[in-house]
Amino acid sequence: MKFSIQVNEGPYQHQASDSAYQFTKAALEKGHECFRVFFYHDGVLNGTRLTTPPQDDRNIVNNWVELAEKYDLDLVVCVAAAQRRGIVDDGEAERNGKDATNIAPRFRISGLGQLVEAAIQSDRLVVFGD
Amino acid sequence: MSDAKNFMFLNRRAPYGTIYAWESLEVVLIAAAFEQNVSLMFIDDGVYQLTKGQDTTGIGMKNFSPTYRTLGDYEVRHMYVDKASLEARGLTADDLVEVEWEDWETEETVDNIVEVVDSDRVAELLEESDVVFSF
Repeated sequence: MKFSIQVNEGPYQHQASDSAYQFTKAALEKGHECFRVFFYHDGVLNGTRLTTPPQDDRNIVNNWVELAEKYDLDLVVCVAAAQRRGIVDDGEAERNGKDATNIAPRFRISGLGQLVEAAIQSDRLVVFGD
Repeated sequence: MSDAKNFMFLNRRAPYGTIYAWESLEVVLIAAAFEQNVSLMFIDDGVYQLTKGQDTTGIGMKNFSPTYRTLGDYEVRHMYVDKASLEARGLTADDLVEVEWEDWETEETVDNIVEVVDSDRVAELLEESDVVFSF
């Protein structure tokens, strides 16, 4: 089956991103396909490489990055949600005159059309959040 | 359009206090632009999103409630409201905004696409949807 995943909550504050990660990993290991993972609302905060959890805790951002590397996952952060919450890549930094970037590797910033396209293209859109 | 999917947006939260309602509306507008069959469902505190006479001047937030009234222009065809959620909050259909819809090709007009439905109908509508966005 072809899945797309929507993550609506930030890391650590809420289990949504962990659950989405576990679900996506399990689906891929079972041979299913993941068309896209779309991060929305505070979910965009999963896409900063500056996250530094304590050493004895899981690193949620790195988990996503490693999963993306292994399975060539498309990790997309909503641009409007990212701008509100300070998630920045090179293009956004230049466009908005910011002095730094923080986007994690394998993540990319794009529009809500990517979420709608994912819903159209996939057999199931699975939403994680409250 | 035969290859369009039935998109249902489940709006469960009050319009202010969290950003979910506002960012849900942003997805609705994009989905409509992709020419999908877009419906909205308002349930739980989500019914407050459609109440008339919202005034946000005291809380310093943008009042986005006028946007709901324009959804008919974006080809949103159905806006359902869960009856039990309305009643639990002492609200009736009279407390909600009306949203007009017109088919530009046939000039068919519906005065108000906001429809109060019971729980069984809510379940049916979700069952009939291809994609359910939950906010």
